Amino acid sequence: MPHSTFLRFMGPSLIAMLLFIALPIVSIVVQSLYVEHPQVLITSETCQPFGGCTTTTTVDASATAQLREDEPLGQFNGLGTYFDRNHLAFREIREILRTADGVGDVVSRIYNLPLYKALAFTVTYCLLVTPLAMILGLMIALAVNTVPQMLKGPVIFFSLVPMLITPLVGALILFWMLNSEGILGAAIQNIFNDPNLSTRTSAPLTWATLIAYGTWTNAPFSFIVFYAGLQAVPRDTLEAAMIDGASRLERIRYVVLPSLKPLILFVLLVQLMDNFRVFEPIISFNAAANATSLSFLIYSSLNTQTTQLFGSAAATSVITIGFIAVLIVPILLRIARELSTGRG
Amino acid sequence: MADAVNRRPPMVVFVASGFVLLWLLIAAFPFAWTVWGSFKVQADFFSRDTWWHAILGTNTTRVTGDAFTGGGYYGAWVLTGFWRAALSTAIVTVFVTVISLTFGTLGGYALARSTHRYRFVILVAALFFRAMPEITVVSGYLYPFFALNIWGYLPTAIIVLVALNQPFTLWMMYSFFQGIPRDLDESALVDGCTRFQAFRLAIVPVMWPGVITTGLFSFLLAYNDFTVTGLVLNENNQTMVPKISSYLGQIQAQGNVMYAVAAVVSVAIPIFLLVMFFQRYLVSGLTAGAVKG
Amino acid sequence: MTVQRTTLVSLLALLAAGPALADCAIDGSGSVRILSNDFEALRIVDAGAQECASDAVTVTANATTEHKNIQVPALTANPAEYTVAMIANNSIVPLLGDDLIRPLDDLVAQYGQQLQPNQLIKIDGKIMAIAFMANGQHLVMRKDLLDQAGVAAPTSWEEVLTAAQALKDQGILETPLSQPDGGTWDLAAEFVNLYLGTGAEFFEPGTANLAIDNDQGRLALQTMRDMTQFMTPDYATNDTDATAQLYRDGKVAIETNWGSLAATLIDPAQAQPEVAENTVFAAAPTIGGGTIPAAALWWDGFAIAKNISDEDAAASFQAMMHAIRPEVATAKAEAAVWLIQGYQPGPAAVGVVANANGGARPYPMVPWMGTLHEVLGTELADFIKGNEDADKAIADITAAYTAAAQQAGYLQ
Repeated sequence: MPHSTFLRFMGPSLIAMLLFIALPIVSIVVQSLYVEHPQVLITSETCQPFGGCTTTTTVDASATAQLREDEPLGQFNGLGTYFDRNHLAFREIREILRTADGVGDVVSRIYNLPLYKALAFTVTYCLLVTPLAMILGLMIALAVNTVPQMLKGPVIFFSLVPMLITPLVGALILFWMLNSEGILGAAIQNIFNDPNLSTRTSAPLTWATLIAYGTWTNAPFSFIVFYAGLQAVPRDTLEAAMIDGASRLERIRYVVLPSLKPLILFVLLVQLMDNFRVFEPIISFNAAANATSLSFLIYSSLNTQTTQLFGSAAATSVITIGFIAVLIVPILLRIARELSTGRG
Repeated sequence: MADAVNRRPPMVVFVASGFVLLWLLIAAFPFAWTVWGSFKVQADFFSRDTWWHAILGTNTTRVTGDAFTGGGYYGAWVLTGFWRAALSTAIVTVFVTVISLTFGTLGGYALARSTHRYRFVILVAALFFRAMPEITVVSGYLYPFFALNIWGYLPTAIIVLVALNQPFTLWMMYSFFQGIPRDLDESALVDGCTRFQAFRLAIVPVMWPGVITTGLFSFLLAYNDFTVTGLVLNENNQTMVPKISSYLGQIQAQGNVMYAVAAVVSVAIPIFLLVMFFQRYLVSGLTAGAVKG
Repeated sequence: MTVQRTTLVSLLALLAAGPALADCAIDGSGSVRILSNDFEALRIVDAGAQECASDAVTVTANATTEHKNIQVPALTANPAEYTVAMIANNSIVPLLGDDLIRPLDDLVAQYGQQLQPNQLIKIDGKIMAIAFMANGQHLVMRKDLLDQAGVAAPTSWEEVLTAAQALKDQGILETPLSQPDGGTWDLAAEFVNLYLGTGAEFFEPGTANLAIDNDQGRLALQTMRDMTQFMTPDYATNDTDATAQLYRDGKVAIETNWGSLAATLIDPAQAQPEVAENTVFAAAPTIGGGTIPAAALWWDGFAIAKNISDEDAAASFQAMMHAIRPEVATAKAEAAVWLIQGYQPGPAAVGVVANANGGARPYPMVPWMGTLHEVLGTELADFIKGNEDADKAIADITAAYTAAAQQAGYLQ
């Protein structure tokens, strides 16, 4: 296809992405290299209801505005934001490695730094939920395939429910069901025969809950894609395998899975990226005391009551993309290899 | 259907059916619970006393005299004008889906048929665009949007959602078009058609299953979005999810949580109808598409 | 629903029917565009302002939970997207910091006769905002259970702990206390309340340097920790909504909660009847022998944008004056703790009023307080769960605050 035709087809999509994603990303990367100007502080008298008047320190708006006008981006900080305590914290880690006694101490002190704490949960969540949801999705797809034709519609439709309910409310309701007085929480207490068991008290239980929730909401996506894929598994190959005496499991292993491979790669790619950005359940489950994620840190930097820390959010975002890149590059290389050997 | 491949020993059918039933229970139970609970008062559905209240409606009976109440639905749809948010959402989702698909179909087709190296670059770039946390990208929009005076309007939210949705749409449509035999449009080219004519005459008739599949995911994205619609729209144009979020209350203010529950149950109905309707295309669409990608 | 004229009879009818029918005449013309948070009391104010719409004046209101993220970009635009921003102690700070709101002295002199002196938020002698309602966290307790345990109503956190011990020892309640230690914002607010009660300052005067590494800081933290032994095991995930629900369901005898939630605790339709009947509100407890309630006082108010025409500003101010006129406080007395002239506190307002009368301190209105609040919310989690001691918590807070404040340019 000639370049001009390609551009004409690709144009609308490219323009939309360049304007609304690429441009902001460039500005985010630039922003992450800057910090705010030193604010000019003055003392002034502030009068509020109740308290009467007090002398408080505040920002001199006009003086600061002048600084901002001269250099709208703020002051150049290089990679300073990336390395500070609230991000990669290299200085703190060096300090920990120098003074710590024993591996346990190193781990617990590094875990105390916000980014690494968030990273620990993010990576655990992503690496557990992705395969669990995909395996569950595949199993459901294989099982639904055996359901009588007329029941397939309703079964598919109820299987998709976890993906369809607005997460904001879906997670909130599950959160209440998991209370020790809620139906699921009470059931768990009954099963383990421990009246004081609560899934929300400790970090491991909170993590387990979030991972279970993640698997539950993500399985339908894998299910529907794999189920569709199963419809196209070449029938003659399956028959040939049967004639050769392959067992059911062997047929899945040697015929079904290989033919699903492109789909598995696609789902893996999408799921790794989405799960690495886990955010909503942490808010809905009020789980921040036990589990935080990189996206949660970004949200915290932006959703403050006063000063939004754009630089900080930008740096965390770039770090997030970096980690996602590390996760998906092996898959991309594989797809690239197939592209160059296969069609086109 | 009785051929050798589909014949299954009773044991396999038994295990598989049991598994499906178990999964359906896990998948649908919280929703069934929500539907039931939406007819109770908050003191029952969100009780810290015992979950039996949510089933029996103890407080609902005490307060309203009946074990079921439509208070949540009345509050959401009549008292707080949820229909307006529903209307905005309908507009946003329809336009986002249609525009996303148009852009994505054209782009995906070009990517699938091009043989140039930059094709892979675009696909990988699209992936990294998708990797960016949405909230960071969106908070950068506010200043330019206010400066250009385009903040608050539905078209703004629509185009932003379309853009954010492009990477996924492109990838889906790309893998779908890879599955359509090249001979189809190439023979049209040989017959003297331009590339666009070939696309229109040879490809468009066979692409609908894939379009519908991708459309369903675009629809869901626009439908469930909070980050963009919450920050970019003003109250008159507010969509459902931000509206539901306002029902949930805030740090210093009590919300009407039952309005949110009722709203969520009511808005699930159109999605379910949609899924039921498109379900068969959903399957055949993906079949023809990503499978062979 | 015709608009009635102000004869005595119709005035009475107006009062009876609520403020929705009131007449609003604006001197001049212009456009009034309001940005506010989205909850009931502010919607009443929004609706009041919208009564001022006429041929000469357009009034629009946008109530959204995202208002804090929208307000600075919206008012930076010229002309500003909104002429009125409804704000509170904390959310006014970024508007002041970016110089986006205008002094109101002239407008107050011309149109603001109804305002009381304590409604005026003054910075360096200039009126920058008008407050119209108050809020705060105050003590909520079950009189019947305290009587049953034979303890007097507590007035200090030390007495609260003793009372909780008595309730637990006598087997009246297993978990007599509940404080919002979950949800990052709530957890931070808990520390802010207690620390304010000690009388200490958060920052070194004249700078943004953190100054909580002191005995008062440790006392506040220790008190927070001591309370947790009387709470449900999942206390680290309970926000104010959850603690209110625990209270309504009779699971808890004593807690502090927002004045704006108080009405739900004594409403028999929402709370268990025995809870609704026996609940008493009082000022937040004192701490460490102090004399003031250990709770921040909050106000909600409005400011007028700078980047708008003077006509729009005048119209906006008049519309807001109409929206918070004394009749609103009378007709909608239960909706909020109004600071408006003529307001008579109802049963649900007792706690907030007691806080104010007891001399509780306002939530600090300094720009870096928001940064500190955010840091407190995330860094206190380990402490409240008992995973680290107060010294470590203070060290972590200081380190995280310093990094964030440097980002924001408050510290070098």
